[in-house]
Amino acid sequence: MTVITPELVAAHQLTTDEYERILRILGRPPTYTELGIFSVMWSEHCSYKSSRLHLRKLPTEGPYVLQGPGENAGVIDIGGGYAAAFKIESHNHPSFIEPFQGAATGVGGILRDIFTMGARPIAVMDSLRFGPLDHPRAGPRNRRILEGVVSGIAHYGNCFGVPTVGGECVFEPCYNGNPLVNVFALGIVRQDRIFYARACGIGNPVVYVGAKTGRDGIHGASMASAEFTEESRQKRPNVQVGDPFMEKLLLEACLEAMETGAVVGIQDMGAAGLTCSTCEMGSRGGTGVEIELARVPQREAGMTPYEIMLSESQERMLLVIERGREEEVFRIFRKWGLDAVAVGEVTGDGLLRVKHHGEIVAEIPSRALADEAPMYDRPRSRPFRTAPMDGPDFESQDLTRDLVRLLASGDLCDKRWIWEQYDYMVRTNTVLGPGSDAAVLRVKETGTSLAMALDGNGRYCYLDPRQGTRLAVAECCRNVSTVGALPVAATNCLNFGNPERPEIMAQLVEAIEGMGEACAFFGTPITGGNVSLYNETLGEAIYPTPVVGIVGLMRTGPPVKLAFQSEQASVLLLGGLGSCDARQFGATQYAKVILGELWGLPPALDMEHERRVQAAVREIVSEGLAESSHDVSDGGLAVALAECSLGGVGAEVDLPGDLRPEFLLFHEGPSRIVLSTRRPEAVERIAARHGVEALRLGATRRGVLRIRQRGRLLVDCEVGSLVRPWASALEQALRG
Amino acid sequence: MKFGVVVFPGSNCDHDAWWAVTHDLGHRAEFLWHEDESLGDVDAVILPGGFSYGDYLRCGAIAKFSRIMRAVERFAQDGGLVLGICNGFQILVECGLLPGALIRNRGLKFICRQVELRVESVDSPFSSQFRRGQIVRIPIAHGEGCYVADPRTLEELEAEDRVVFRYVENPNGSLNDIAGILSTGRNVLGMMPHPERASDPLMGSTDGLLVFRSMAAALSHRR
Repeated sequence: MTVITPELVAAHQLTTDEYERILRILGRPPTYTELGIFSVMWSEHCSYKSSRLHLRKLPTEGPYVLQGPGENAGVIDIGGGYAAAFKIESHNHPSFIEPFQGAATGVGGILRDIFTMGARPIAVMDSLRFGPLDHPRAGPRNRRILEGVVSGIAHYGNCFGVPTVGGECVFEPCYNGNPLVNVFALGIVRQDRIFYARACGIGNPVVYVGAKTGRDGIHGASMASAEFTEESRQKRPNVQVGDPFMEKLLLEACLEAMETGAVVGIQDMGAAGLTCSTCEMGSRGGTGVEIELARVPQREAGMTPYEIMLSESQERMLLVIERGREEEVFRIFRKWGLDAVAVGEVTGDGLLRVKHHGEIVAEIPSRALADEAPMYDRPRSRPFRTAPMDGPDFESQDLTRDLVRLLASGDLCDKRWIWEQYDYMVRTNTVLGPGSDAAVLRVKETGTSLAMALDGNGRYCYLDPRQGTRLAVAECCRNVSTVGALPVAATNCLNFGNPERPEIMAQLVEAIEGMGEACAFFGTPITGGNVSLYNETLGEAIYPTPVVGIVGLMRTGPPVKLAFQSEQASVLLLGGLGSCDARQFGATQYAKVILGELWGLPPALDMEHERRVQAAVREIVSEGLAESSHDVSDGGLAVALAECSLGGVGAEVDLPGDLRPEFLLFHEGPSRIVLSTRRPEAVERIAARHGVEALRLGATRRGVLRIRQRGRLLVDCEVGSLVRPWASALEQALRG
Repeated sequence: MKFGVVVFPGSNCDHDAWWAVTHDLGHRAEFLWHEDESLGDVDAVILPGGFSYGDYLRCGAIAKFSRIMRAVERFAQDGGLVLGICNGFQILVECGLLPGALIRNRGLKFICRQVELRVESVDSPFSSQFRRGQIVRIPIAHGEGCYVADPRTLEELEAEDRVVFRYVENPNGSLNDIAGILSTGRNVLGMMPHPERASDPLMGSTDGLLVFRSMAAALSHRR
């Protein structure tokens, strides 16, 4: 038997205090298997030990929420007796080590979380962040990571048969050694058919289904809870390998098995595999679970209990079945060609008891593992930042050329090369797909539609985590409102550096509090999500990057387009020109792309005004008054107008006010939406009723974009001269 | 009229085809399981898109050996209408019900895109409702859709008016811009574009619905 030495404890990333706690819980030294079990369950990834205390500050309840955080996914009421289950998760660390499989299994993991709830996945979105593709040192690797991640997502989602309908893709040097791959998924379920991950009914069999267990992914959860070092690339064996075909079979078989009524509880085996699923189901059900590892289907010979318990082999599920009805369920799994084996049963003693050929190799109270993990109030100082408050003096030489450069920059250029590799139409629900402010999916079961968007802004959050996060929530709600939907709920993915550093911990807490404030204000409670910490390589942390996903409800109908549709329509700016000073200009895309700088503060946000703008645009769009609708965000008003023009119909506009031209065109003040309409008076009436300015800027015009300020020409170009650089930038950058 | 939609493990456009037939076209449809030996009383068969058996080895290569395909082959030999969409087209060429092969796209990447097709032949039970030369919008979504065949086969396809759809702008490198072809008996159509995704105005096009309408018209004529 392995002797538990202090070195072994340290190698499992458990502190001395944590080990003392294990001794107290067990009343004896742990076995080697138990040490492994504690180490993964108490890892940051599984236990949220640094963030749990603060996550409690998030609003989690609201009129639409059926299931908040704590289950595999959040669930909201979408009407007609149906519900949507959705969540976002990160797969950052694996995607850096092995981009293709890391991203693919990220998609696989979140899809399982959705169909574990009984919901059939109908949409995926991705929020991706990489180092710059033209970075002098890391460029080649960044290009390889992007290509690998995109093809991994495509491989998994396309084969599984879920459309990838939107997302974002952003480049910053801080992601050079630490790309972010956050995957959102959403599914539809009948409200009376929602399943939970609870082991109930003493004596009920615990059934293992899906792929066989191998040695892949052992300690994946712990890997995701540590910084990267030079040795990290040797951790490639810790990354799992995904099989989307197997997952598709698992989906169909699980949904069919759920139809029988014989399934009592179900949980996927994701991070920490069999360990996590057994103790969490027991803990939630207030029961214990006993399993015999010899019965677990295995891919390799001679696996130890430690390896079987910690394996993160993909495409596996744990079911609790009503005793006596096993055969009903087994028949379905046989039909789909999958393993289904009773490996244990629900007990009344609250213990996770693991046997190997009859011998007990682990015996731990489930609650101790799942709910009584250590929780830390880690020290925090002021949020880390080195950027100055004041930026350089500058004056544009050519505003038109600046606009073209912005459109051809990494964050703003056409991402078609990415999203055309994703099947964004399968299941024939995609009303608005990639390249829109928000994706819109019809729900065949209800006759209504859902809008969804993902947003985050690391630059804003780096300068002010609280304000940056509030802005991300506001923008995401605005995106959903821009297509006419009412935002009702949110999910979040919190990507940060090492929480043991007080200045990083401060970022995390500020961001969570900012998110809580904004989500409470906009009526979009957080129904679940994921925290990814230790996003550092060689001591260098990423920008604090909270990503929020918002889901909105709307009627089904012809979608409003982002692009101007016809000539001689009125162009209006809902929400007014906004304001900006020299400090607030420092986080803009203009500062990043044209000046190569970052300084000052993120834009100001008046949440009350934002809410009114969103209410106004929802009404305008759902009344069918807008020919096009697009929110002003990264790049500011000029970029928004250019994006509306890329379809061929441009505009001629004249802007009022005396802001200096660079600010006027490129500041990123929120709460603004560009509309084109044939009925400007009707739009103005609605805006006035909501107490929102609707500024008439000019009219659409085929083939040109001309922007004046009180008569003075600032931008003058043919639409074609915008389209070409915008459309070709990403492919060019990938060629290196 | 009743359409049978074959479900292989890994089919993922089966429900979309079923929906297009039942909701957009307004006819009946039922699913046929890959292990079934009979097609029951269906009037036409659809082999839907997806990744049958994971598309391991080669797209459609394993589906070829499934039990249901023996029944589909007999059905086709007896003149029954068989429509293979995307993976269904790949299966039809693997089975030899259609000539040629479908290989990796020229750009080696999966492409999902709304594309324009030119209708080349309206002399078939799948295209009678189109106009010859009509430009239609039906999306593609595939990684292995590059149609290839030996020169003689291509000549035959052209000479016998068996190319039904041609890409206006070739997205995948297919020879002769071929997007969809008929069997010699003209009762089997394989096409890479997805008509079931272009059967509802909400999806941006209803041009695909004409494929199903043509089939319905042909079937009612036969009765």
